[in-house]
Amino acid sequence: MSNDITAPSVEIAPPLPPRRRRLSLGLITDQLGLIAVLALLIAGFAFTTPHFFTRDNFTTIFNQMPATVLCAVGMTYVLIIGGVDLSVGSVLGLSGGVVGVLMTGAHPQPLWIAVLAALGAGALCGLLNGLIVVTWSVPSFVVTLGMLEIARGATHWLTASRTAYIGSRAGTIADLSLGGLSLPVYIALAAVIIGQFVLSRTVFGRYMIAVGTNEEAVRLSGISTRPVKTAVFVIAGLCAAAGAVMDVSRSQASNPNAGTGLELDVIAAVVIGGTSLMGGRGSVASSLLGVAIIAVLSSGLAARGVRDETKRLITGTVIVAAVILDYYRLRFIKR
Amino acid sequence: MTLLSCRNLTKSYAGVTVLHDAGFELRAGEVHALVGENGAGKSTLCRILCGITPPDAGEMQLGGRRHAPRSRHQAESAGVRMVMQELNLLPTLSVAENIYLGALPRRLGVINYAKLNADAERAVRAIGLRDVHAAQPVSSLGIGQAQLVEIAAALVTRCGVLVLDEPTAALTTREIDLLFAHLRRLKSEGVGIIYVSHRMEEIRAMADRITILRDGRHIATRAVNDITHDETVRLMVGRDLSAAAAELRPESTAGARRGAARVAMRVENLHRLPAVRDVSFTLREGEILGFAGLMGSGRTETMRAIFAADRADSGKIYLGGSPEPVRIRHPRDAVRRGIAFLTEDRKAQGLLLPSSIQDNTTLARMGSVSRLRFWINRRAERATARGYIDKLSTRCKSPDQSVVELSGGNQQKVVLAKWLFRDSRVLIFDEPTRGIDVGAKFEIYRLLRELASGGKAIIVVSSDLLELTAIADRIAVMSAGRLVETFDRGQWTQEKIMEAALSGYTSAAATSMAAAGRVESV
Repeated sequence: MSNDITAPSVEIAPPLPPRRRRLSLGLITDQLGLIAVLALLIAGFAFTTPHFFTRDNFTTIFNQMPATVLCAVGMTYVLIIGGVDLSVGSVLGLSGGVVGVLMTGAHPQPLWIAVLAALGAGALCGLLNGLIVVTWSVPSFVVTLGMLEIARGATHWLTASRTAYIGSRAGTIADLSLGGLSLPVYIALAAVIIGQFVLSRTVFGRYMIAVGTNEEAVRLSGISTRPVKTAVFVIAGLCAAAGAVMDVSRSQASNPNAGTGLELDVIAAVVIGGTSLMGGRGSVASSLLGVAIIAVLSSGLAARGVRDETKRLITGTVIVAAVILDYYRLRFIKR
Repeated sequence: MTLLSCRNLTKSYAGVTVLHDAGFELRAGEVHALVGENGAGKSTLCRILCGITPPDAGEMQLGGRRHAPRSRHQAESAGVRMVMQELNLLPTLSVAENIYLGALPRRLGVINYAKLNADAERAVRAIGLRDVHAAQPVSSLGIGQAQLVEIAAALVTRCGVLVLDEPTAALTTREIDLLFAHLRRLKSEGVGIIYVSHRMEEIRAMADRITILRDGRHIATRAVNDITHDETVRLMVGRDLSAAAAELRPESTAGARRGAARVAMRVENLHRLPAVRDVSFTLREGEILGFAGLMGSGRTETMRAIFAADRADSGKIYLGGSPEPVRIRHPRDAVRRGIAFLTEDRKAQGLLLPSSIQDNTTLARMGSVSRLRFWINRRAERATARGYIDKLSTRCKSPDQSVVELSGGNQQKVVLAKWLFRDSRVLIFDEPTRGIDVGAKFEIYRLLRELASGGKAIIVVSSDLLELTAIADRIAVMSAGRLVETFDRGQWTQEKIMEAALSGYTSAAATSMAAAGRVESV
């Protein structure tokens, strides 16, 4: 009899149904809505706008995307841990400036040294952001807002506000192409794939999501949250620097104003992708689709000859609409 | 006279029916207890009555008229008020602002703070909160005080039906008495009170009738005097409670074994002012050491200081009988040395609510379910989570289920699974059964016992004396930041424990404490 009493009062969990691996199915269903929106946009422009649905046009769109995509990978991470990085545009400018100065100075350096220095500059900016955020528990909004100014100021100071025309020596990366798409497109794509796998399949990725969900619970589980948060800001800085390299290589010049306002485009793309500004939830692959949606929209509207102010009105509306759609999507999933 | 009635209420979430054709009647001037196990549907029923959740089917009548509130606000206008289990206060606003939020007294459009604070002060005093001021921000309150403020807020406006969901979970005996005096007054004014609680002795003291729910169905409604305690529990869980309680009691031989057991942790002269003053104790393997004391006596603060959730001012901690004290400066150090801390507030400090059971289970030991602490082995993760689901009988759909969907008892099991997987040797439970119903409570007690006999050293901080006397081998009593007395099993009585808990608050003790405080602050 006593056995009956000590037996668990709740019934044993029912046998668990075999479940399909999440990656294959889950990733696609998560992204289905975005893919549908993208397809609709492309179809809409294809039927209404001459010269839109052409190989050349798509090649152009793709070749313009890498810098934004790279920044979006880093930004997705930052948003997932519950932060925001407003400095990516300026860090991109500074890293580009570093490349320009090193390659056109009195002792011109080879491309690879310039690239390493640029990545170093980006990582350093990210490290400063991260260390300040974790050491003084300052909201990243404020810290990176400061860095936005500092990095831009440093760029102008470093370059004397002059555009450096490097020439074909800088084009080595962007000139390589396969199937009409330049190497930077593949690099950005690789960054998205690696970024998504790190997020969903590694301990570091799990810690990022956990920190963004409930930092105190993570701390009380015996995990140091500071290295995780700092690393995320460093990654964001590195991504911005990589984006700078892609841009400089494509234009073979480094403009001290490069990346001005880019942070807002990147945040918009990531948010369209469904990453939560509150932290704890997000996807790198969706951010890529977010960037693509904005790029297609922007290119399509330009092809139709829509004026710039109208483009901005439409883009803004799309961002807000995407967030509202995401709200309904989440509610639907919860049902 | 029937005040509120409902019939055939049905509600399901994500395909799981949590309320199945349930109904009951509330009379004017009665306290009607609603009891049932985890997921029996009590909270859902209350949420429907108060307009927070719409039912899928069924109808309700309030004072002879159809009651179909579409929001909490509508229900309140109809005279149905609810005090929720979870706190719903705004931490940055003052006690007064919280109490009168929505009905702030105004003069020429500007808040009349003099009147607001005076009214609130009265409401707070009436509920028996002595050391709380109306202008104080809610964030400075302890959880018990906050709960009373929430109750005070519900009581300032007149209502016909008052729904209380676990109102006493964080209250001390004295505060409970004050609350009950209030409820009796409301009752005499004809207010119908729905009282959801897991505490049977309170229900027997306070309720007129009792409705038992099980698995979302209405099982029985009886006058409290017509049903025995054991019968109630049997109807709730289908088991015999007193026999189960006897089962929990450690055998007499366990005591002898304990004397010889190895020391798991020794704490010496731990200070964290002002809450913790010179606390020293020894914890042995295989024992459950209970920590009793009044709200604010420093029990939680002591545990947080041991775990380095807050930095201690001074004090030494020795582990496993080693003569060298260990350095614990971050929870990471505590966890590495085998200490686990199951916090009082599971949702805010213990769990990643939107994440899966699986992710929560492995969080503290990702190294074991990954290659090179980098690449997560999902299969191992899933197997681990499943193992603990079986071992602890966690009720869930699958390891992928989000913990936010689980009941309190099952959430606690997920937290426990996390620490068991971490292989912790010293487990500190702060209010392990807060907000957990009777059946699940016994399951938690049984688990604690099993863990102790498996050699774990366990600390249980609890405000429920019955709970402590049922499961603890020894009970340490804290009062005003000091550990004033430790009782062995057999030596304690509830009166002795209570006396010790109050001893730090006598005027003589208060004076010496103040003097000591001055010395310490110099």
